[in-house]
Amino acid sequence: MNYWPLLGVLIIVIGFMQRWNPVLVVILAGATAGVAAGMSPAQLLTETGEGFTKNRYLAIFILTLPVLGALERSGLREQAQRWISSKKTLTVGRLLTVYLAVRQMTSALGLMSLGGQAQTVRPLLAPMVEGSAQTEHGAIGPRVREHLRAFSAATDNVGLFFGEDIFIAFGAVLLMQGIYADNGIALEPMEIALWGIPTAIAAFLIHSFRIRRLARKLGQAVRQENSEMPGPC
Amino acid sequence: MLTLNHIYVVAGIYLLYTARQGWRDRGNPKRMTTAAFWGLLGITFLFGDFIPAIYMGALVIVIGLLAAGGGLSTGSYPVVSQQAREEKAALLKGRLFIPALIIPVFTLLGTVVLKHVTISGHALIGSENTTVISLGLACIIAFVYALAMTRVKIADAIQSARSILDAIGWAAILPLLLAVLGGIFNKAGIGNVLAEVLTTALPLQYPWVAVLAYGLGMVTFAMIMGNAFAAFPVLTIGIALPVLVQQHGANPAPLAALGMLTGYCGTLMTPMAANYNIVPAALLELVNKNAVIRAQVMTALPLMACNLVLMYWLIFL
Repeated sequence: MNYWPLLGVLIIVIGFMQRWNPVLVVILAGATAGVAAGMSPAQLLTETGEGFTKNRYLAIFILTLPVLGALERSGLREQAQRWISSKKTLTVGRLLTVYLAVRQMTSALGLMSLGGQAQTVRPLLAPMVEGSAQTEHGAIGPRVREHLRAFSAATDNVGLFFGEDIFIAFGAVLLMQGIYADNGIALEPMEIALWGIPTAIAAFLIHSFRIRRLARKLGQAVRQENSEMPGPC
Repeated sequence: MLTLNHIYVVAGIYLLYTARQGWRDRGNPKRMTTAAFWGLLGITFLFGDFIPAIYMGALVIVIGLLAAGGGLSTGSYPVVSQQAREEKAALLKGRLFIPALIIPVFTLLGTVVLKHVTISGHALIGSENTTVISLGLACIIAFVYALAMTRVKIADAIQSARSILDAIGWAAILPLLLAVLGGIFNKAGIGNVLAEVLTTALPLQYPWVAVLAYGLGMVTFAMIMGNAFAAFPVLTIGIALPVLVQQHGANPAPLAALGMLTGYCGTLMTPMAANYNIVPAALLELVNKNAVIRAQVMTALPLMACNLVLMYWLIFL
Protein backbone atom coordinates (compact mmCIF):
# COMPACT_ATOMS: atom_id res chain seq x y z
CA MET A 1 0.00 0.00 0.00
CA ASN A 2 1.24 3.49 -0.89
CA TYR A 3 1.47 5.58 2.27
CA TRP A 4 3.01 8.67 0.68
CA PRO A 5 -0.30 10.45 -0.13
CA LEU A 6 -0.72 10.87 3.65
CA LEU A 7 1.79 13.73 3.26
CA GLY A 8 -1.17 15.72 1.94
CA VAL A 9 -2.98 15.29 5.26
CA LEU A 10 0.21 16.19 7.11
CA ILE A 11 0.47 19.47 5.17
CA ILE A 12 -3.04 20.44 6.23
CA VAL A 13 -2.23 19.70 9.87
CA ILE A 14 0.99 21.75 9.70
CA GLY A 15 -0.77 24.56 7.84
CA PHE A 16 -3.40 24.61 10.57
CA MET A 17 -0.87 24.91 13.35
CA GLN A 18 1.25 27.50 11.52
CA ARG A 19 -1.89 29.44 10.54
CA TRP A 20 -0.98 29.58 6.87
CA ASN A 21 -3.56 30.86 4.43
CA PRO A 22 -6.06 27.98 4.04
CA VAL A 23 -6.26 28.42 0.25
CA LEU A 24 -2.49 27.93 0.00
CA VAL A 25 -2.66 24.93 2.34
CA VAL A 26 -5.37 23.27 0.25
CA ILE A 27 -3.50 23.80 -3.03
CA LEU A 28 -0.24 22.46 -1.55
CA ALA A 29 -1.98 19.48 0.05
CA GLY A 30 -3.78 18.56 -3.16
CA ALA A 31 -0.63 18.84 -5.27
CA THR A 32 1.40 16.79 -2.77
CA ALA A 33 -1.18 14.01 -2.39
CA GLY A 34 -1.72 13.85 -6.14
CA VAL A 35 1.97 13.68 -7.03
CA ALA A 36 2.58 11.14 -4.24
CA ALA A 37 -0.19 8.97 -5.70
CA GLY A 38 1.50 9.11 -9.10
CA MET A 39 -0.82 11.58 -10.82
CA SER A 40 0.75 13.70 -13.57
CA PRO A 41 0.49 17.52 -13.46
CA ALA A 42 -1.90 17.35 -16.41
CA GLN A 43 -4.12 14.85 -14.57
CA LEU A 44 -4.06 17.03 -11.47
CA LEU A 45 -5.08 20.12 -13.43
CA THR A 46 -7.87 18.22 -15.17
CA GLU A 47 -9.13 16.88 -11.84
CA THR A 48 -9.00 20.41 -10.39
CA GLY A 49 -10.84 21.94 -13.32
CA GLU A 50 -13.57 19.29 -13.31
CA GLY A 51 -14.06 19.43 -9.54
CA PHE A 52 -14.21 23.22 -9.46
CA THR A 53 -16.68 23.44 -12.34
CA LYS A 54 -18.94 20.81 -10.78
CA ASN A 55 -18.99 22.53 -7.38
CA ARG A 56 -19.56 26.15 -8.41
CA TYR A 57 -22.97 26.04 -6.74
CA LEU A 58 -21.14 26.32 -3.41
CA ALA A 59 -20.44 29.99 -4.16
CA ILE A 60 -23.89 30.92 -5.45
CA PHE A 61 -24.75 32.61 -2.13
CA ILE A 62 -22.93 35.68 -3.54
CA LEU A 63 -26.13 36.48 -5.46
CA THR A 64 -27.78 37.48 -2.18
CA LEU A 65 -25.23 40.27 -1.64
CA PRO A 66 -26.57 42.84 -4.15
CA VAL A 67 -30.01 42.49 -2.54
CA LEU A 68 -28.47 43.18 0.85
CA GLY A 69 -26.54 46.07 -0.71
CA ALA A 70 -29.71 47.78 -1.95
CA LEU A 71 -31.60 47.18 1.30
CA GLU A 72 -28.81 48.15 3.66
CA ARG A 73 -28.22 51.42 1.81
CA SER A 74 -31.87 52.11 2.56
CA GLY A 75 -31.59 51.35 6.27
CA LEU A 76 -32.58 47.67 6.57
CA ARG A 77 -30.40 47.09 9.61
CA GLU A 78 -31.60 50.32 11.26
CA GLN A 79 -35.19 49.22 10.62
CA ALA A 80 -34.51 45.80 12.13
CA GLN A 81 -33.12 47.46 15.25
CA ARG A 82 -36.01 49.87 15.52
CA TRP A 83 -38.57 47.10 15.12
CA ILE A 84 -36.98 45.01 17.84
CA SER A 85 -36.72 47.93 20.25
CA SER A 86 -40.51 48.23 20.16
CA LYS A 87 -40.79 44.59 21.24
CA LYS A 88 -39.64 44.86 24.82
CA THR A 89 -40.41 41.25 25.66
CA LEU A 90 -37.98 39.97 23.00
CA THR A 91 -34.82 40.04 25.09
CA VAL A 92 -31.46 38.91 23.71
CA GLY A 93 -31.83 35.52 25.38
CA ARG A 94 -35.36 34.90 24.14
CA LEU A 95 -34.60 36.13 20.62
CA LEU A 96 -31.62 33.80 20.20
CA THR A 97 -33.37 30.83 21.83
CA VAL A 98 -36.47 31.23 19.66
CA TYR A 99 -34.26 31.56 16.57
CA LEU A 100 -32.36 28.40 17.52
CA ALA A 101 -35.56 26.41 18.03
CA VAL A 102 -37.18 27.66 14.83
CA ARG A 103 -34.01 27.07 12.81
CA GLN A 104 -33.72 23.50 14.11
CA MET A 105 -37.36 22.67 13.52
CA THR A 106 -37.58 24.19 10.04
CA SER A 107 -34.32 22.46 9.04
CA ALA A 108 -35.71 19.17 10.31
CA LEU A 109 -38.67 19.70 7.97
CA GLY A 110 -36.31 20.27 5.06
CA LEU A 111 -36.62 24.06 5.07
CA MET A 112 -32.85 24.65 5.35
CA SER A 113 -32.95 27.63 3.00
CA LEU A 114 -35.25 29.62 5.32
CA GLY A 115 -32.20 30.82 7.26
CA GLY A 116 -28.55 31.37 6.57
CA GLN A 117 -25.63 33.67 7.30
CA ALA A 118 -26.11 35.96 4.29
CA GLN A 119 -29.90 35.61 4.07
CA THR A 120 -30.97 36.10 7.69
CA VAL A 121 -28.07 36.56 10.14
CA ARG A 122 -26.45 39.66 8.65
CA PRO A 123 -29.58 41.59 7.63
CA LEU A 124 -31.99 40.53 10.38
CA LEU A 125 -30.82 38.42 13.33
CA ALA A 126 -27.58 40.22 14.23
CA PRO A 127 -29.07 43.75 14.06
CA MET A 128 -32.06 42.58 16.10
CA VAL A 129 -29.86 41.00 18.76
CA GLU A 130 -27.81 44.20 18.97
CA GLY A 131 -30.93 46.35 19.08
CA SER A 132 -32.44 44.19 21.78
CA ALA A 133 -29.23 44.40 23.84
CA GLN A 134 -29.31 48.18 23.54
CA THR A 135 -32.92 48.35 24.65
CA GLU A 136 -32.05 46.29 27.71
CA HIS A 137 -28.66 47.70 28.67
CA GLY A 138 -28.07 50.98 26.85
CA ALA A 139 -25.34 51.70 24.30
CA ILE A 140 -23.03 48.73 23.70
CA GLY A 141 -19.31 48.90 22.92
CA PRO A 142 -17.42 47.24 20.05
CA ARG A 143 -16.31 44.23 22.10
CA VAL A 144 -19.81 43.27 23.21
CA ARG A 145 -21.11 43.97 19.70
CA GLU A 146 -18.55 41.60 18.17
CA HIS A 147 -19.42 38.91 20.69
CA LEU A 148 -23.16 39.25 20.05
CA ARG A 149 -22.67 39.07 16.30
CA ALA A 150 -20.42 36.01 16.51
CA PHE A 151 -22.95 34.33 18.79
CA SER A 152 -25.76 35.07 16.33
CA ALA A 153 -23.78 33.41 13.55
CA ALA A 154 -22.99 30.45 15.81
CA THR A 155 -26.67 30.04 16.70
CA ASP A 156 -27.62 29.83 13.03
CA ASN A 157 -24.96 27.16 12.40
CA VAL A 158 -25.90 25.06 15.42
CA GLY A 159 -29.59 25.24 14.53
CA LEU A 160 -28.93 24.22 10.94
CA PHE A 161 -26.45 21.42 11.62
CA PHE A 162 -28.46 19.70 14.31
CA GLY A 163 -31.81 20.06 12.58
CA GLU A 164 -31.12 19.10 8.97
CA ASP A 165 -30.02 15.56 9.79
CA ILE A 166 -33.53 14.68 10.91
CA PHE A 167 -34.89 15.47 7.46
CA ILE A 168 -35.06 12.23 5.49
CA ALA A 169 -34.35 13.70 2.06
CA PHE A 170 -31.28 15.58 3.30
CA GLY A 171 -28.01 14.88 1.51
CA ALA A 172 -26.23 13.51 4.56
CA VAL A 173 -28.99 10.99 5.29
CA LEU A 174 -29.02 9.83 1.68
CA LEU A 175 -25.22 9.60 1.73
CA MET A 176 -25.34 7.34 4.79
CA GLN A 177 -28.03 5.19 3.24
CA GLY A 178 -26.11 4.97 -0.03
CA ILE A 179 -22.86 3.92 1.58
CA TYR A 180 -24.60 1.26 3.64
CA ALA A 181 -26.45 0.03 0.56
CA ASP A 182 -23.14 -0.34 -1.29
CA ASN A 183 -21.94 -2.51 1.57
CA GLY A 184 -24.94 -4.77 1.74
CA ILE A 185 -26.89 -3.12 4.55
CA ALA A 186 -30.36 -2.01 3.43
CA LEU A 187 -31.89 0.76 5.57
CA GLU A 188 -34.74 3.19 5.04
CA PRO A 189 -33.73 6.87 5.27
CA MET A 190 -36.30 7.26 8.05
CA GLU A 191 -34.52 4.66 10.20
CA ILE A 192 -31.32 6.72 10.06
CA ALA A 193 -32.91 10.15 10.33
CA LEU A 194 -34.78 9.34 13.56
CA TRP A 195 -31.49 8.64 15.34
CA GLY A 196 -30.60 12.29 14.82
CA ILE A 197 -33.25 13.35 17.31
CA PRO A 198 -31.36 12.67 20.60
CA THR A 199 -28.42 14.80 19.38
CA ALA A 200 -30.80 17.52 18.17
CA ILE A 201 -32.27 17.73 21.68
CA ALA A 202 -28.81 17.72 23.28
CA ALA A 203 -27.64 20.47 20.91
CA PHE A 204 -30.66 22.61 21.80
CA LEU A 205 -30.13 22.12 25.55
CA ILE A 206 -26.39 22.87 25.43
CA HIS A 207 -26.62 25.89 23.14
CA SER A 208 -29.69 27.42 24.78
CA PHE A 209 -27.94 27.03 28.15
CA ARG A 210 -25.02 29.03 26.72
CA ILE A 211 -27.43 31.63 25.35
CA ARG A 212 -28.93 32.01 28.84
CA ARG A 213 -25.49 32.49 30.34
CA LEU A 214 -24.60 35.05 27.68
CA ALA A 215 -27.83 36.95 28.32
CA ARG A 216 -27.33 36.90 32.09
CA LYS A 217 -23.78 38.24 31.90
CA LEU A 218 -24.59 40.77 29.18
CA GLY A 219 -25.42 43.72 31.45
CA GLN A 220 -22.20 43.31 33.36
CA ALA A 221 -20.14 43.02 30.16
CA VAL A 222 -21.73 46.18 28.74
CA ARG A 223 -21.09 48.17 31.91
CA GLN A 224 -17.53 46.92 32.18
CA GLU A 225 -16.65 47.81 28.60
CA ASN A 226 -18.29 51.24 28.89
CA SER A 227 -16.41 52.03 32.11
CA GLU A 228 -13.11 51.19 30.42
CA MET A 229 -13.74 53.70 27.70
CA PRO A 230 -12.59 57.27 28.24
CA GLY A 231 -15.50 59.46 29.29
CA PRO A 232 -16.63 62.56 27.44
CA CYS A 233 -14.12 65.38 27.66
CA MET B 1 -36.03 25.04 -19.14
CA LEU B 2 -34.26 26.98 -16.46
CA THR B 3 -31.05 25.23 -15.45
CA LEU B 4 -28.18 25.79 -13.11
CA ASN B 5 -26.21 27.19 -16.04
CA HIS B 6 -28.53 30.18 -16.39
CA ILE B 7 -27.90 31.03 -12.75
CA TYR B 8 -24.15 30.63 -13.30
CA VAL B 9 -24.30 33.06 -16.22
CA VAL B 10 -25.99 35.65 -13.99
CA ALA B 11 -23.38 35.07 -11.28
CA GLY B 12 -20.59 35.36 -13.86
CA ILE B 13 -21.87 38.66 -15.22
CA TYR B 14 -22.29 39.95 -11.68
CA LEU B 15 -18.72 39.02 -10.79
CA LEU B 16 -17.33 40.63 -13.94
CA TYR B 17 -19.22 43.82 -13.11
CA THR B 18 -17.79 43.69 -9.60
CA ALA B 19 -14.32 43.25 -11.08
CA ARG B 20 -14.84 46.31 -13.27
CA GLN B 21 -15.84 48.40 -10.27
CA GLY B 22 -12.88 47.04 -8.32
CA TRP B 23 -10.51 47.86 -11.17
CA ARG B 24 -11.52 51.53 -10.88
CA ASP B 25 -11.31 51.60 -7.08
CA ARG B 26 -8.32 53.87 -6.44
CA GLY B 27 -8.76 53.36 -2.70
CA ASN B 28 -7.70 49.73 -2.99
CA PRO B 29 -3.90 49.32 -2.79
CA LYS B 30 -4.21 46.00 -4.66
CA ARG B 31 -6.98 46.94 -7.04
CA MET B 32 -5.50 45.10 -10.04
CA THR B 33 -5.07 41.71 -8.39
CA THR B 34 -8.36 42.04 -6.49
CA ALA B 35 -10.17 42.82 -9.74
CA ALA B 36 -8.35 39.97 -11.48
CA PHE B 37 -9.48 37.56 -8.77
CA TRP B 38 -13.19 38.41 -9.09
CA GLY B 39 -12.96 38.73 -12.86
CA LEU B 40 -11.35 35.31 -13.34
CA LEU B 41 -13.85 33.79 -10.92
CA GLY B 42 -16.58 35.36 -13.05
CA ILE B 43 -15.08 33.68 -16.11
CA THR B 44 -15.22 30.28 -14.42
CA PHE B 45 -18.94 30.88 -13.88
CA LEU B 46 -19.61 32.13 -17.38
CA PHE B 47 -17.52 29.68 -19.38
CA GLY B 48 -16.82 26.80 -16.98
CA ASP B 49 -18.65 24.33 -19.20
CA PHE B 50 -16.90 25.37 -22.42
CA ILE B 51 -13.30 25.67 -21.27
CA PRO B 52 -11.50 22.26 -21.33
CA ALA B 53 -11.01 20.92 -17.80
CA ILE B 54 -7.22 21.14 -17.92
CA TYR B 55 -7.30 24.89 -18.69
CA MET B 56 -9.99 25.39 -16.08
CA GLY B 57 -7.63 23.71 -13.63
CA ALA B 58 -4.84 26.13 -14.55
CA LEU B 59 -7.27 29.05 -14.18
CA VAL B 60 -8.32 27.79 -10.74
CA ILE B 61 -4.68 27.60 -9.64
CA VAL B 62 -4.12 31.20 -10.80
CA ILE B 63 -7.24 32.33 -8.88
CA GLY B 64 -6.07 30.39 -5.83
CA LEU B 65 -2.57 31.86 -5.94
CA LEU B 66 -3.97 35.39 -6.31
CA ALA B 67 -5.93 34.75 -3.11
CA ALA B 68 -3.20 32.86 -1.24
CA GLY B 69 -0.42 35.26 -2.23
CA GLY B 70 -2.04 38.23 -0.51
CA GLY B 71 -3.35 39.71 -3.76
CA LEU B 72 -6.71 40.65 -2.24
CA SER B 73 -7.44 43.81 -0.35
CA THR B 74 -10.38 46.00 0.54
CA GLY B 75 -10.88 49.39 -1.05
CA SER B 76 -13.14 52.38 -0.70
CA TYR B 77 -16.85 52.09 -1.25
CA PRO B 78 -19.42 54.84 -1.63
CA VAL B 79 -21.40 54.83 1.62
CA VAL B 80 -24.67 56.34 2.74
CA SER B 81 -24.59 58.26 6.03
CA GLN B 82 -26.23 56.76 9.10
CA GLN B 83 -28.65 59.68 9.16
CA ALA B 84 -29.72 59.18 5.55
CA ARG B 85 -30.24 55.47 6.21
CA GLU B 86 -32.36 56.20 9.30
CA GLU B 87 -34.47 58.66 7.31
CA LYS B 88 -35.04 56.23 4.49
CA ALA B 89 -35.87 53.44 6.94
CA ALA B 90 -38.43 55.71 8.61
CA LEU B 91 -40.02 56.19 5.21
CA LEU B 92 -40.01 52.58 4.02
CA LYS B 93 -40.48 50.91 7.42
CA GLY B 94 -41.54 47.25 7.36
CA ARG B 95 -41.53 47.12 3.57
CA LEU B 96 -37.75 46.90 3.80
CA PHE B 97 -38.11 43.39 5.16
CA ILE B 98 -40.05 42.14 2.13
CA PRO B 99 -37.13 41.58 -0.29
CA ALA B 100 -35.09 40.08 2.54
CA LEU B 101 -37.91 37.60 3.12
CA ILE B 102 -38.48 37.00 -0.59
CA ILE B 103 -35.14 35.20 -0.80
CA PRO B 104 -35.86 32.36 1.67
CA VAL B 105 -39.57 32.12 0.89
CA PHE B 106 -39.14 32.00 -2.89
CA THR B 107 -36.24 29.58 -2.59
CA LEU B 108 -38.56 27.34 -0.65
CA LEU B 109 -41.46 27.77 -3.06
CA GLY B 110 -39.17 27.04 -5.96
CA THR B 111 -37.85 23.90 -4.34
CA VAL B 112 -41.27 22.58 -3.38
CA VAL B 113 -43.63 23.92 -6.05
CA LEU B 114 -41.80 25.07 -9.18
CA LYS B 115 -40.14 21.69 -9.45
CA HIS B 116 -43.43 20.30 -10.72
CA VAL B 117 -44.48 23.23 -12.91
CA THR B 118 -44.49 22.57 -16.63
CA ILE B 119 -45.16 25.02 -19.43
CA SER B 120 -46.56 23.34 -22.55
CA GLY B 121 -44.95 20.10 -21.55
CA HIS B 122 -41.54 21.52 -20.64
CA ALA B 123 -40.37 21.54 -17.03
CA LEU B 124 -39.77 25.08 -15.79
CA ILE B 125 -36.83 24.16 -13.63
CA GLY B 126 -34.28 21.42 -14.19
CA SER B 127 -34.85 18.43 -11.94
CA GLU B 128 -31.32 18.56 -10.54
CA ASN B 129 -30.13 21.19 -8.08
CA THR B 130 -33.58 22.74 -7.72
CA THR B 131 -32.56 24.43 -4.47
CA VAL B 132 -29.65 26.28 -6.03
CA ILE B 133 -31.68 27.27 -9.10
CA SER B 134 -34.51 28.46 -6.85
CA LEU B 135 -32.09 30.43 -4.68
CA GLY B 136 -30.64 32.14 -7.74
CA LEU B 137 -34.08 32.92 -9.09
CA ALA B 138 -35.26 34.20 -5.69
CA CYS B 139 -32.23 36.52 -5.49
CA ILE B 140 -32.98 37.98 -8.93
CA ILE B 141 -36.64 38.59 -8.05
CA ALA B 142 -35.71 40.08 -4.67
CA PHE B 143 -33.08 42.31 -6.32
CA VAL B 144 -35.52 43.72 -8.89
CA TYR B 145 -38.13 44.30 -6.20
CA ALA B 146 -35.61 45.91 -3.83
CA LEU B 147 -34.34 48.28 -6.54
CA ALA B 148 -37.87 49.31 -7.48
CA MET B 149 -38.86 49.91 -3.88
CA THR B 150 -35.75 51.67 -2.57
CA ARG B 151 -34.84 53.46 -5.83
CA VAL B 152 -31.19 52.60 -5.18
CA LYS B 153 -29.17 52.49 -8.42
CA ILE B 154 -27.93 49.07 -9.60
CA ALA B 155 -24.34 50.29 -9.60
CA ASP B 156 -24.61 51.53 -6.00
CA ALA B 157 -26.19 48.31 -4.77
CA ILE B 158 -23.37 46.34 -6.38
CA GLN B 159 -20.81 48.71 -4.85
CA SER B 160 -22.22 47.93 -1.40
CA ALA B 161 -22.19 44.23 -2.22
CA ARG B 162 -18.57 44.59 -3.37
CA SER B 163 -17.59 45.84 0.07
CA ILE B 164 -18.95 42.55 1.49
CA LEU B 165 -17.34 40.45 -1.27
CA ASP B 166 -13.94 42.04 -0.73
CA ALA B 167 -14.24 41.38 2.99
CA ILE B 168 -15.06 37.73 2.30
CA GLY B 169 -12.11 37.47 -0.12
CA TRP B 170 -10.44 34.07 -0.31
CA ALA B 171 -13.10 32.44 1.88
CA ALA B 172 -15.47 32.60 -1.10
CA ILE B 173 -13.52 29.96 -3.03
CA LEU B 174 -12.27 27.77 -0.17
CA PRO B 175 -15.31 25.44 -0.14
CA LEU B 176 -14.85 24.81 -3.88
CA LEU B 177 -11.16 24.09 -3.48
CA LEU B 178 -11.88 21.72 -0.60
CA ALA B 179 -14.34 19.83 -2.77
CA VAL B 180 -11.56 19.48 -5.35
CA LEU B 181 -9.15 18.35 -2.64
CA GLY B 182 -11.67 15.74 -1.50
CA GLY B 183 -11.73 14.33 -5.03
CA ILE B 184 -7.94 14.20 -5.26
CA PHE B 185 -7.65 12.57 -1.80
CA ASN B 186 -10.16 9.99 -2.97
CA LYS B 187 -8.19 9.15 -6.10
CA ALA B 188 -4.99 9.02 -4.07
CA GLY B 189 -6.62 6.39 -1.83
CA ILE B 190 -6.05 8.35 1.37
CA GLY B 191 -9.17 6.94 2.99
CA ASN B 192 -7.98 3.35 2.73
CA VAL B 193 -4.49 4.16 3.97
CA LEU B 194 -5.81 6.15 6.91
CA ALA B 195 -8.25 3.40 7.88
CA GLU B 196 -5.49 0.79 7.68
CA VAL B 197 -3.16 2.84 9.85
CA LEU B 198 -5.91 3.34 12.45
CA THR B 199 -7.00 -0.30 12.51
CA THR B 200 -3.46 -1.63 12.94
CA ALA B 201 -2.35 1.00 15.47
CA LEU B 202 -5.34 0.88 17.86
CA PRO B 203 -6.71 -1.94 20.03
CA LEU B 204 -10.09 -1.94 18.29
CA GLN B 205 -11.12 -5.24 19.90
CA TYR B 206 -12.45 -3.09 22.77
CA PRO B 207 -15.80 -1.62 21.65
CA TRP B 208 -15.21 1.68 23.45
CA VAL B 209 -11.86 2.16 21.72
CA ALA B 210 -13.55 1.56 18.37
CA VAL B 211 -16.33 4.06 19.24
CA LEU B 212 -13.74 6.67 20.23
CA ALA B 213 -11.65 6.01 17.12
CA TYR B 214 -14.68 6.38 14.85
CA GLY B 215 -16.12 9.46 16.62
CA LEU B 216 -12.87 11.34 17.12
CA GLY B 217 -11.74 10.30 13.64
CA MET B 218 -14.89 11.90 12.24
CA VAL B 219 -14.22 15.10 14.20
CA THR B 220 -10.57 15.31 13.13
CA PHE B 221 -11.23 14.50 9.49
CA ALA B 222 -14.17 16.92 9.35
CA MET B 223 -11.87 19.63 10.71
CA ILE B 224 -9.26 18.83 8.07
CA MET B 225 -11.68 18.64 5.14
CA GLY B 226 -14.01 21.39 6.34
CA ASN B 227 -17.08 19.14 6.37
CA ALA B 228 -18.26 15.83 7.73
CA PHE B 229 -19.48 14.58 4.34
CA ALA B 230 -15.95 13.91 3.09
CA ALA B 231 -15.00 12.22 6.35
CA PHE B 232 -18.02 9.92 6.51
CA PRO B 233 -17.26 7.38 3.75
CA VAL B 234 -13.61 7.10 4.80
CA LEU B 235 -14.22 6.33 8.47
CA THR B 236 -17.46 4.42 8.06
CA ILE B 237 -16.05 2.03 5.48
CA GLY B 238 -12.66 1.98 7.21
CA ILE B 239 -13.66 1.50 10.87
CA ALA B 240 -17.39 1.57 11.56
CA LEU B 241 -18.48 -1.22 9.22
CA PRO B 242 -15.66 -3.77 9.57
CA VAL B 243 -15.01 -3.26 13.29
CA LEU B 244 -18.12 -1.91 15.00
CA VAL B 245 -20.84 -3.53 12.92
CA GLN B 246 -19.21 -6.80 11.86
CA GLN B 247 -17.02 -7.54 14.90
CA HIS B 248 -18.98 -5.98 17.73
CA GLY B 249 -22.48 -6.27 16.31
CA ALA B 250 -23.37 -2.57 16.50
CA ASN B 251 -26.73 -1.35 15.17
CA PRO B 252 -25.82 0.39 11.89
CA ALA B 253 -28.62 3.00 11.83
CA PRO B 254 -27.76 4.95 15.03
CA LEU B 255 -24.07 4.37 14.31
CA ALA B 256 -24.23 6.26 11.01
CA ALA B 257 -26.44 9.07 12.34
CA LEU B 258 -24.28 9.66 15.42
CA GLY B 259 -21.05 9.29 13.47
CA MET B 260 -22.12 12.03 11.07
CA LEU B 261 -23.39 14.31 13.86
CA THR B 262 -20.15 13.86 15.79
CA GLY B 263 -18.36 14.97 12.63
CA TYR B 264 -20.54 18.10 12.57
CA CYS B 265 -19.02 19.07 15.93
CA GLY B 266 -15.67 19.17 14.12
CA THR B 267 -17.15 21.33 11.36
CA LEU B 268 -18.12 23.89 14.01
CA MET B 269 -14.48 24.21 15.12
CA THR B 270 -12.52 24.59 11.87
CA PRO B 271 -11.62 27.54 9.64
CA MET B 272 -11.73 25.09 6.73
CA ALA B 273 -15.53 25.18 6.94
CA ALA B 274 -15.30 28.67 5.46
CA ASN B 275 -18.95 28.97 4.45
CA TYR B 276 -20.13 28.53 8.02
CA ASN B 277 -17.27 29.92 10.07
CA ILE B 278 -15.16 32.40 8.10
CA VAL B 279 -17.63 33.97 5.62
CA PRO B 280 -19.99 35.02 8.48
CA ALA B 281 -17.07 36.72 10.24
CA ALA B 282 -16.62 38.82 7.09
CA LEU B 283 -20.36 39.31 6.60
CA LEU B 284 -20.71 40.59 10.16
CA GLU B 285 -17.55 42.73 9.95
CA LEU B 286 -15.93 40.97 12.90
CA VAL B 287 -12.40 42.03 13.88
CA ASN B 288 -11.36 38.48 14.77
CA LYS B 289 -11.79 36.15 11.79
CA ASN B 290 -12.08 33.22 14.20
CA ALA B 291 -14.73 34.84 16.43
CA VAL B 292 -17.52 32.58 15.13
CA ILE B 293 -15.45 29.45 15.79
CA ARG B 294 -14.69 30.73 19.29
CA ALA B 295 -18.38 31.23 19.92
CA GLN B 296 -19.05 27.66 18.79
CA VAL B 297 -16.31 25.68 20.53
CA MET B 298 -18.05 25.51 23.88
CA THR B 299 -21.18 24.14 22.23
CA ALA B 300 -19.25 21.74 19.99
CA LEU B 301 -17.09 20.08 22.67
CA PRO B 302 -19.84 19.14 25.18
CA LEU B 303 -22.03 18.05 22.29
CA MET B 304 -19.23 15.88 20.95
CA ALA B 305 -18.89 14.19 24.35
CA CYS B 306 -22.67 13.77 24.42
CA ASN B 307 -22.63 12.15 20.98
CA LEU B 308 -19.88 9.72 21.93
CA VAL B 309 -21.80 8.59 25.02
CA LEU B 310 -25.02 8.35 23.01
CA MET B 311 -23.25 6.33 20.35
CA TYR B 312 -21.74 3.87 22.81
CA TRP B 313 -25.16 3.44 24.44
CA LEU B 314 -27.50 3.37 21.43
CA ILE B 315 -25.55 1.16 19.03
CA PHE B 316 -25.40 -1.73 21.52
CA LEU B 317 -28.97 -1.31 22.78
